[in-house]
Amino acid sequence: MQRQLANMKQSLFDQGYLDEQFIQLEELQDDANPNFVEEVVTLYYRDSARLIQSIEQALEKSPLDFSKLECLMHQFKGSSSSIGAKRVKSECTQFKEYCRVGNSDGCKRTFQQLKKEYATLKKKVEVYFQFARQIGPVEKACRSK
Amino acid sequence: MAVEDVGSGCSSSGDQEFHVLAVDDSIIDRKVIERLLKISCCKVTAVESGSRALQYLGIDGERSSLGFDDLKVNLIITDYSMPGMTGYELLKKIKGSTKLRQIPVVIMSSENILARVDRCMEEGAEDFLMKPVQLSDVERLRDFMLRGGEEREVVGHKRKTRDDSCSSSVLSCDRDHPLSPRSVSAMAHCKPLSKRPRLLATD
Repeated sequence: MQRQLANMKQSLFDQGYLDEQFIQLEELQDDANPNFVEEVVTLYYRDSARLIQSIEQALEKSPLDFSKLECLMHQFKGSSSSIGAKRVKSECTQFKEYCRVGNSDGCKRTFQQLKKEYATLKKKVEVYFQFARQIGPVEKACRSK
Repeated sequence: MAVEDVGSGCSSSGDQEFHVLAVDDSIIDRKVIERLLKISCCKVTAVESGSRALQYLGIDGERSSLGFDDLKVNLIITDYSMPGMTGYELLKKIKGSTKLRQIPVVIMSSENILARVDRCMEEGAEDFLMKPVQLSDVERLRDFMLRGGEEREVVGHKRKTRDDSCSSSVLSCDRDHPLSPRSVSAMAHCKPLSKRPRLLATD
């Protein structure tokens, strides 16, 4: 079971969904705080929802306020980076670039892609955490930390 | 680092706990830095803005949340990019206050902009960390602070001069990376003690 979980995680890394920061967060977990990463990721999805909404609204304006968009995206990129959301972060970088050069279509296109990655990651980590929680109690007994 | 079962796994030093004031507008980053600091055996107060930080510190001389001896802040770690008051502006206010300027301030930023680093170090920042901040950064910072704390007690609470920063940074740099500079700014000024070599290769 533990191997399955490890494989699941490895696959998320191999496919570029997560990066080293996720591992860094996992290393902050202990018996007293066994679900720290899940808490942070949950917080991320809850908090970033409002940012997504703000960006969406800002993208409906005409002309686009690139400065505002870049600022919003900077915040979103920061949070995404903090949880190790590699693909999402990459879309954020792309979006910021389009803002810098004032490319409206680029921004809108990238944002659609970003939302896809964001949603996909959410599903994948939810499965991961669910599985981790299931095998959690067993793992604690066997784990030699 | 092996983390024990008991909460933070910190051994009681007998002395007061190292109290860090963390400032970041991101709730996610506050949660992470809080955890990093707790694991490193620090007492943490996390606030969401520079103005809240100043309120907490009682910079305006009015009713402060600090009963100064009880809740003395040993270190301030702040994000650079924040709405309202940036980390740099907060740094300036703290260094400009006779009451607070001896408190070391560390800046965190997701952007590797050397001019920004230089500006902060020149204004008296203790260090400049790249986000996402890692456990090794915090532990190194804490060790450095705890080591330097005794020195500060001896010489009195004088404002940390660049020379002081240089000699202290050289100590830690010698230990970690004696030959390779951690940044371009390190050649001209003092090396931010926690700059990681991979910094130069990052995006």
